[in-house]
This record gives sequence, C-alpha cells and structure tokens, in this order.
Amino acid sequence: MIESLTILAGALPYLLKGSVVTIGVVFGAMSLGLLFGIALAVGQVYGAIWLKRLIGLYVWFFRGVPLLVLLFLFYFGLFSLLNINLTAFTVAVIVLGLISAAYQSQIFRGAIVSLPDGQLKAARALGMSDATAIVLIILPQALRLAIPAWSNEYSIVLKDSAVAYALGVTEIMARAHFVASRTYQHLPLYFTAGVIFLILTYAGTKALRLLEERVHIPGYSQ
Amino acid sequence: MEEMLFIRTEVVPALARGIIVSIQLIIPSSALGLLVGMAVGAARVYGNRSLTFAANCYVAIFRGFPLVVQLFIWYFGLPYIGIYMTPYVAAVLGFSLCSGAYHSEYIRGAFLSIKQGQLMAAKALGFSHVGMLIHVIFPQAFRRALPGCGNEIVYLIKYSSLAYMITCIELTGEGKIIASETFKYIEIFLIIGAVYLFLTTIASWFLRRLENRLSIPGFKPFSV
Repeated sequence: MIESLTILAGALPYLLKGSVVTIGVVFGAMSLGLLFGIALAVGQVYGAIWLKRLIGLYVWFFRGVPLLVLLFLFYFGLFSLLNINLTAFTVAVIVLGLISAAYQSQIFRGAIVSLPDGQLKAARALGMSDATAIVLIILPQALRLAIPAWSNEYSIVLKDSAVAYALGVTEIMARAHFVASRTYQHLPLYFTAGVIFLILTYAGTKALRLLEERVHIPGYSQ
Repeated sequence: MEEMLFIRTEVVPALARGIIVSIQLIIPSSALGLLVGMAVGAARVYGNRSLTFAANCYVAIFRGFPLVVQLFIWYFGLPYIGIYMTPYVAAVLGFSLCSGAYHSEYIRGAFLSIKQGQLMAAKALGFSHVGMLIHVIFPQAFRRALPGCGNEIVYLIKYSSLAYMITCIELTGEGKIIASETFKYIEIFLIIGAVYLFLTTIASWFLRRLENRLSIPGFKPFSV
C-alpha cells in the first residue's frame, strides 16, 4: 500500500504532463471541429441540394466508422500514401477534429433550424445579404443555443482522446501504461488516469456553463 | 491475379473471423448493458437513499472514465488484486458496465417523465405495484428510452473496436495484423470502415423502424 502510494506520488508529475498533451489534442480537435462543423451546418441548412447530400455523406461516414479505424487509416494509410509526414499528435488532432466536425455540425444544424424562420426574412428586408445575415444574425444566436450540447461533445472528445494512445501519442493513458509496465502498479495508475480525466471533464463543463451564463442575453429566451 | 488470390486466401478469412468476434462482443455487451442500465436506472428513480447514492456514484465513474481506461483497468489492472480475465471477458465486462451507465441515464429520464398522476390513477383502478409497473410504467418508459438507448447501441458497435487495445483480436485487430504484414493499410482499413458503416447503418435503420412500429398516435416519444 505504502509502496504503491510512493510510486503514484512519483508518477503523478509525469502523468500531469500527459494531461497537457491531452488538453492539446482536445483543444486542437474541438477548434477544428468547431470551424468545420459551423461550415458544414450552414451548408447543410442553406446550401444547394448537391451540397446537402455531400455533407450528409460526410456526416454519415465520420459518425459510422470507429475512431480507432480512422486513426489507423489516416496515420498508416492515407498520410503515408500521400508522403505527408505528420506526427501522431497531429494525426490524432485531425482525425478527432474531422469526427467531431460531423457531430458538431448536427448540433449547430439543430440550433440553426430551431430559430424562427422570420429572422432571415427580416434581415433580407433590412437589406442584408444572405451571408451577412447568417454571420451577424443567425450564428450569434445559434452558437449560444448550442453551448450545452457542445459541452457534451467536449466530454466525449476528451474521453475519446485516450484512444490516441494507440498511435503512440504520449497523453495521460499512454504515460499511465508506461509507468505501470515498469512498476507493476497497474490498478492504482489506471485509476489515477481515470480520475484526471474526470477532473478535466468537470473543469471543462464548468467553464462552458460559465461561458453560457456570460454570453447569455438578458430577456432573450427561445 | 496474385493479388486476387491473396485477397481470397488471406484477407477474406481473417476479416470474416474478425467480424464474428466483433459480433460476439457487440450482442452480449448490448444485452448486458441494457440489463445493467435498467437495474441502475430503476434504482436511481425508485431506490432508497443509499441505493440511489451508490447508483449515482457508479454512473459518475463509468461515464467519466474513458472507455480505454476502463478496459485497461479490467484487463491489466485487476490482476493486481488477483483477478484474471481473458481479453474477451474483460472486453464484454467493460463494454456492458460502461454502456449500462449511459443506458441508465436514458432509462432514468424515461421513468421520471411519467407523471405521478398516472401512478395514482393506476392505484385508484386497483393495480398492484407489479401490475402498475408492467402495464402502466414500463410500456411508456420503454418507448421514451428507446431513441437514447438505441443511439448507445450504435455507439457500442463502434467502440467494440477498442477491444483490440486489450488484445482481444476482433475485426480491427485482424485488420491491423494483415495490414502490418502487407502494408496495405488503406485498402484494408477502408474495407473495415465499410463493414462498421454497414453495421451501424443497419442498426440505426432497424432501431428507427422499431421506434415507428411502436409509436402510438398522440403519445409523445419525448417528454416535454
């Protein structure tokens, strides 16, 4: 018991450095997913019929194939075929980001569709172009509405980021496994890794709840 | 020609083996997961205080830890306290307990959505406790929990690929082995991706049909 506690205490700084890597992966993937997801959502709601179909196909593919398969496909397959040399970290960010974009696009699409139809018409009547209306009228409202679902997506991406260990990204899980195979303290180390994930989930969702309150417009309700 | 022979003699049998193992992982895990979810969901709604507390702790941990961490705990961690499992058993246990925690959320919501008045009305009509559960609560709760639980099963199909990480060689694992031998990563992982797409699409199609089949006009499937 004492022995495993001293090993844990020794390993903790090493694991916490891994959480910096995890946060990096999650931050990169969520940002990529946010930008791409908004574009996909706008395309799916306002785009031409072929664009809607194409986006539907993208969403179907990235929501239907497991993360691990996509990681292997991109890391060992696609990027080496194209002779692009990317680190495992970058590939993990790209793949998690592309998957998250598919999920986030559905969050934003739901938020956009839930806005009253008259808003776009009113914006047109005021002489705004469609693009201006979407950027200045629709998205500021839709993005606010999407925060709760987005915070859910954050906790999913955070937990999925542990799979990046399969490519050798030195995030929390990978580090816990390294230390465990040297010290044979598997159970305490994995449990600690899990607790670090729990804390990150809690901190992230808390921060997003604060953001939601912060950007809330008084008197505005759906 | 040689390529075709290689595909026929090496790739197809390995992937077929993998698909069988994957299905052997998915079906028991989703069934067990649903059972766990129902028990935990019911405990969280109708249990006494200590039971509700225990169930809430279970859900917080199993939804908060990444699935990979949970699988590693079952397979690599438990030998630490003298419990040894085969990779297959550890994977099924890990999947069932994790998805059970998610199922319990939907099932809990479904139970809570049934208004107190209905229970009183059932009592007034002379239903026993069990009769009330079977004839009044369960038929409604099942329909309300179905969309969420169905989604969770589709997730489970995809997450079954993580069994590879604890050396349970299913579809992804078989693919990884052949791909590393032949360096045909793109072809093999595209085929595997297509198999998973097929499985998830069929599963969501079937679940949507089931929802439509069970829908009752005028009964809102989502609580408002």
